[in-house]
Amino acid sequence: MSDRTIDRVAQATPVRVARKIRGLSDRAIAWIFIAPTIFLLLAINIFPLIWTIQLSFTNYKANRIGREIKDVGFRNYERILTDSDTWLNMQATAHFLFWTIFFQVLIGFTLAWLINKKFKGNDLWTTIIVLPMMLSPAVVGNFWKFLYQPQIGLFNYIISWFTGKEPSSFEMLGSVKLAPWSIVIVDTWMWTPFVMLICLAGLRSIPDYIYEAAEIDRASKLRQFFTITIPMVLPFLMLAVLFRGIENFKMFDLVVQLTGGGPGSTTELTSINLKREAFEKWRTGYASAYAIILFVTVFGLASIYVKALNKVKQR
Amino acid sequence: MSGFSVTEPTNRSKWIAGVLVITYALITMIPLVWILLTGFKSPADAISYPPKLVFDPTLEGYVNLFTTRTRQTQEFLEANPPQNWADEIVRQYDMVIVGPSKFGERFMNSVIIGFGSTFLSIFLGTLAAYAFSRFKVPLKDDLLFFILSTRMMPPVAVAIPIFLMFRNLGLSDTHLGMILLYTGVNISLAVWLLKGFIDEIPREYEEAALIDGYTRFQAFYKVVLPQAATGIASTAIFCLIFAWNEYAFAVLLTSANAQTAPPFIPTIIGIGGLDWPAVAAGATIFLIPVMIFTILMRKHLLRGITFGAVRK
Repeated sequence: MSDRTIDRVAQATPVRVARKIRGLSDRAIAWIFIAPTIFLLLAINIFPLIWTIQLSFTNYKANRIGREIKDVGFRNYERILTDSDTWLNMQATAHFLFWTIFFQVLIGFTLAWLINKKFKGNDLWTTIIVLPMMLSPAVVGNFWKFLYQPQIGLFNYIISWFTGKEPSSFEMLGSVKLAPWSIVIVDTWMWTPFVMLICLAGLRSIPDYIYEAAEIDRASKLRQFFTITIPMVLPFLMLAVLFRGIENFKMFDLVVQLTGGGPGSTTELTSINLKREAFEKWRTGYASAYAIILFVTVFGLASIYVKALNKVKQR
Repeated sequence: MSGFSVTEPTNRSKWIAGVLVITYALITMIPLVWILLTGFKSPADAISYPPKLVFDPTLEGYVNLFTTRTRQTQEFLEANPPQNWADEIVRQYDMVIVGPSKFGERFMNSVIIGFGSTFLSIFLGTLAAYAFSRFKVPLKDDLLFFILSTRMMPPVAVAIPIFLMFRNLGLSDTHLGMILLYTGVNISLAVWLLKGFIDEIPREYEEAALIDGYTRFQAFYKVVLPQAATGIASTAIFCLIFAWNEYAFAVLLTSANAQTAPPFIPTIIGIGGLDWPAVAAGATIFLIPVMIFTILMRKHLLRGITFGAVRK
């Protein structure tokens, strides 16, 4: 292996050039350049992951330092998977994931399609639309709590202005029925521009001559939309969905600020529940097992999805 | 084609598209405009019903954000006339300013941790990206994928062992700990983005420099770095924005010493609940730098948010 490595590194630099190099060999430089990054990633990501796996088989509690640590085998995993609350949290997460992605794809694609009509000043408005996405979800989420206030909040006021309902007659964050939607609204407001930007890149990547050819073949605009536009943008759209899916599965800051998981546990997404187990109840072992289950789920779903994405790209 | 093109949208459809997009943009700006306005309201105006669009602007929110105040007796207030305009504002509630609030400190923590981790991510990331771009590294694709996959972990999931690790190493609630942590999170983005930027610089430049007698280090330093300056700058802004906005690690791992602004702003308490003008003032100060950077960055935005997967 190492012999071949040397060969390959040597090939990377043309011989006449290599002769001119003084000092360290390319291979040495490559490793000096990469090693610190790999080391940091091992320390901050991989080592903690391995530690989490190890902790997940124990009854360790991080707030009781002297306590004897017992090996409990798969008990933590068993408990989590048989606990009905876990499935409620998963359901809340699935609801949140499905509807945020649904609305963001719908609105994001429509916006991109409209912007691609290249009306005057579209660059300026695109930049304005993008702003919410770059802001701190915790700070903005906290402020949305103010907009959602039943009596004084601007959101309720605007809704009542359009529907005639009393603004104090509904509580976006306090009611079991509305709370799951209130987090969907804020996330959609924040992240639609993300999907929009990616779709826009997709739309702009379609060369004009394809449409010209379709026009010569007398394909209707509608037909062009479904047989050219949609298939050409699909890989981009799927990429956007992948990013949003992973991000929203990890969702923590926005929802913690908005509802904190409540009312009851209607908006208790998996990572909020994880935080509660790990840093409020201090069931470190149990929470570690929970973290591993989440990680495996994201990783598994993402890999399956990437396979599907590659198939679409190849078409 | 001078007059007519089949792919060019008609003027009417352009007009309709423009109206719809602008309408969306205006609606999407409402919450942000509301943050800005609320920062200049008095607490009474901020919570009035119906919500006030026209009001007497005041700097009360900003004064409350930066100061701590206590209530005083009438005699005390009469004996000590207000010293400046800020003092005058709080006098209407029979209060005096007793000192600065924690906001300035928290904001500085955000600046230190943000810039520290950005510098480190860019420094390490540029080196690694150059190596991945120019040399044949064994298992290159696997290493690159490994670097990317670290981004899939929910922050709360890694927070447990990092909490324990920091506790053992004495890094809990320190600037250094947070800088290392954010660098660990950001470096995957930095490597991927920078590799894309460096890939775009023709190899011939360096090869020419090598033939002229430069060493690899010199070629990297004097030829590649200046060429990659724009890419490095935009990557740096993305790293900075991430560290600036990060909340989950900050709220779980920091408290009295190294806490950044995002976990702090929602905890600004006024009389009887949250002091919304002060919260809004804090949010305004905190969000405006990011907005400016976003506008500066708009050309590379897509690349940054997709890890270089979409380059436009």
